[in-house]
Amino acid sequence: MSDIITLAHGSGGKAMDELIRSLFLTTFANPQLAQMEDQARFDLATLQQQGDRLAFTTDSYVVDPLFFPGGDIGKLAVTGTVNDLAVGGARPLYLSCGFIIEEGLPIATLKAVVESMQATAREADVVIVTGDTKVVPRGGCDKLFINTAGVGVIAAGIDLSIQTARPGDLILLNGYLGDHGAAIVDARGDLALQNTIASDCQPLQGLVNSMLECCPQIRCMRDATRGGLATVLYEFAQASACTMEVEESRLPVRDEVRGMCEILGLDPLYLANEGKLVAVVPEAAATELLQVMRAHPAGRHSAIIGRVSQASRPGVLLTTGFGSQRLIDRLTGEQLPRIC
Amino acid sequence: MKYVDEFRDPDKARKAQQQIHRLAERIMQCRSGPLLLMEFCGGHTHTIFRYGIEQLLPEAIELVHGPGCPVCVLPRGRVDDALALAQRPEVIFTTFGDAMRVPGSRQSLLQAKTDGADIRMLYSPLDALKLARENPQREVIFFALGFETTMPSTALTVLQAEREGIENFSLFCNHITTAPTIEAILNDPDMKLDGFLAPGHVSMVIGEAPFAFVAERFAKPLVITGFEPLDILQSLAMLLQQILEGRSEVENQYRRVVQKQGNHPGQQAMAKVFQRNDRTELRGLGSIDHSGVRISDPYARFDAERKFPLPGVTVSDPAGCRCGDVLKGLIRPWQCPKFAESCTPQQPLGALMVSSEGACAAYHQYADVQTLKIKRQQASVADPGAH
Repeated sequence: MSDIITLAHGSGGKAMDELIRSLFLTTFANPQLAQMEDQARFDLATLQQQGDRLAFTTDSYVVDPLFFPGGDIGKLAVTGTVNDLAVGGARPLYLSCGFIIEEGLPIATLKAVVESMQATAREADVVIVTGDTKVVPRGGCDKLFINTAGVGVIAAGIDLSIQTARPGDLILLNGYLGDHGAAIVDARGDLALQNTIASDCQPLQGLVNSMLECCPQIRCMRDATRGGLATVLYEFAQASACTMEVEESRLPVRDEVRGMCEILGLDPLYLANEGKLVAVVPEAAATELLQVMRAHPAGRHSAIIGRVSQASRPGVLLTTGFGSQRLIDRLTGEQLPRIC
Repeated sequence: MKYVDEFRDPDKARKAQQQIHRLAERIMQCRSGPLLLMEFCGGHTHTIFRYGIEQLLPEAIELVHGPGCPVCVLPRGRVDDALALAQRPEVIFTTFGDAMRVPGSRQSLLQAKTDGADIRMLYSPLDALKLARENPQREVIFFALGFETTMPSTALTVLQAEREGIENFSLFCNHITTAPTIEAILNDPDMKLDGFLAPGHVSMVIGEAPFAFVAERFAKPLVITGFEPLDILQSLAMLLQQILEGRSEVENQYRRVVQKQGNHPGQQAMAKVFQRNDRTELRGLGSIDHSGVRISDPYARFDAERKFPLPGVTVSDPAGCRCGDVLKGLIRPWQCPKFAESCTPQQPLGALMVSSEGACAAYHQYADVQTLKIKRQQASVADPGAH
């Protein structure tokens, strides 16, 4: 086998077959994949024992660089889709993966990504059961794009919806904001900062599971990925017709992330996360839930960050550490660094 | 971060706020009409909105958000010129991030990048020089923008290029200077301002002296101000104290950074590399004497405008934009009929909606836009003749 991916690896012929067998089948090794059918097949009766609804989601992953402190595109492709299922209250079970590879990618790079996917899938207790590989000519894409879709099952009685936040509810967050966004800026190397910032990229299904066991009446839950915490709170506010009031002094942000934001004029509220969720819960359940979250490795730095209140016009209101208040809107396009 | 947090302390803010209220009350005992205080610098505007400082002030104080956002006052014709440079196949066009979205007459740099122009965002002009070293067959042009805050770093980069004998590096120079711009505002017959918060980082470079004319010739108090919320509150109190006592002086609140004489090496580098233009157009304000600079003749080979032909067409602002009136404090951003209608951060028409430091963009992001629109409608019903 050659050292780099060539167009032949996507042609459907021998080279592709060899790549699938030597890399994907051996790494992802599981019975569904080993059948070598065009589709994974599941026993419905077994699924039905676990819940009464199926959850299905998909996401595509493009990141530069492919490897960054705290993760890589493979880990991201698994955690992202697992988390999208988990925050809907589903137990994630199966993933598909589609690779779009730029010709010339070192096979060692692809192998490292695939191994990272498998390690993360094991951690998240999901199985990668079907996949696809395409190779595009140089310039056709940037090194490697991955799509994953995921299927999970929602247990009876669990009903999370972003429309159900009510005045008086409390808002919880499972840890430091903005680590992923800051890690990517840092890893691109343009800034040459002294501190390395690691991405928070992590699967959340274990944490969500503990949270739902402790507090099945959790009202809304979302993972705060692109667009950051601000965007999720904005969506909650609009869907539930409430005001989301958060306090800046309660928001957990690492010093090195704050420092980078100060330098570049970025706002940690809008930075991407890859292992953070926001939950809205009835006030009576919040303290106990916070303890459960903090006891879980994915929630050690959890905090109650604010409260839901009645709204004449739904929105997000931030009380600054300075004691004043300001409205938080969604971003217009990408956050761009400021010059002065 | 400890150093920053000291300047965001809520207890100290409350004390400063009380002081401001006391001073304003005493001033208002012997005058009618609000006190119009201008923060010149976009960085101050950003802090004022980010920390909701206007909510902490008495009604008698109106902050006027000045033209000190270099991205906002960049004329559309100059953006077109930048695009013409960026679209040359041999050129790598480099810029600070916030210039990417500024619309020219047809498109922005961001759109040109999408169309295939080689445009790269940098954090420092020295990174552009590095690109020039790494790509000797390409011409690397740096989009030099900003007031005296960024001018020294651009000048030092040109001097470095000269020392290294790098020939494939040039500047598209759009630097502007602070004092002539303030002077133009003060010379406007409609001007009603009572005092200025002067830009701290500009002052760090140029020192206190260039602002003396504000106090001496125009009898307006001016306070050089830092960028943390407590800096702003303290400076406002200092301005009010001057107004109360009938003084007009240049005072320096930002002593931890700004020295009276400014920064000599920075000033020397600027004097070497730049020379003043007779007139320069600023978007929203029109043509201002001696505000802009260009590259001085000895460094002409680093001037992209002399290396390459440019369209150089002046493009006026869209009809109905009242940016100039906002900049001079004649109307508030939401009183412009275009605000949040045809002019939004997604589709900016006027200069002040362009960058997050522009007054209109800040209102759009941090204030309740629907309430402002209703306020405007009510005002136009009450006074249908008003523009």
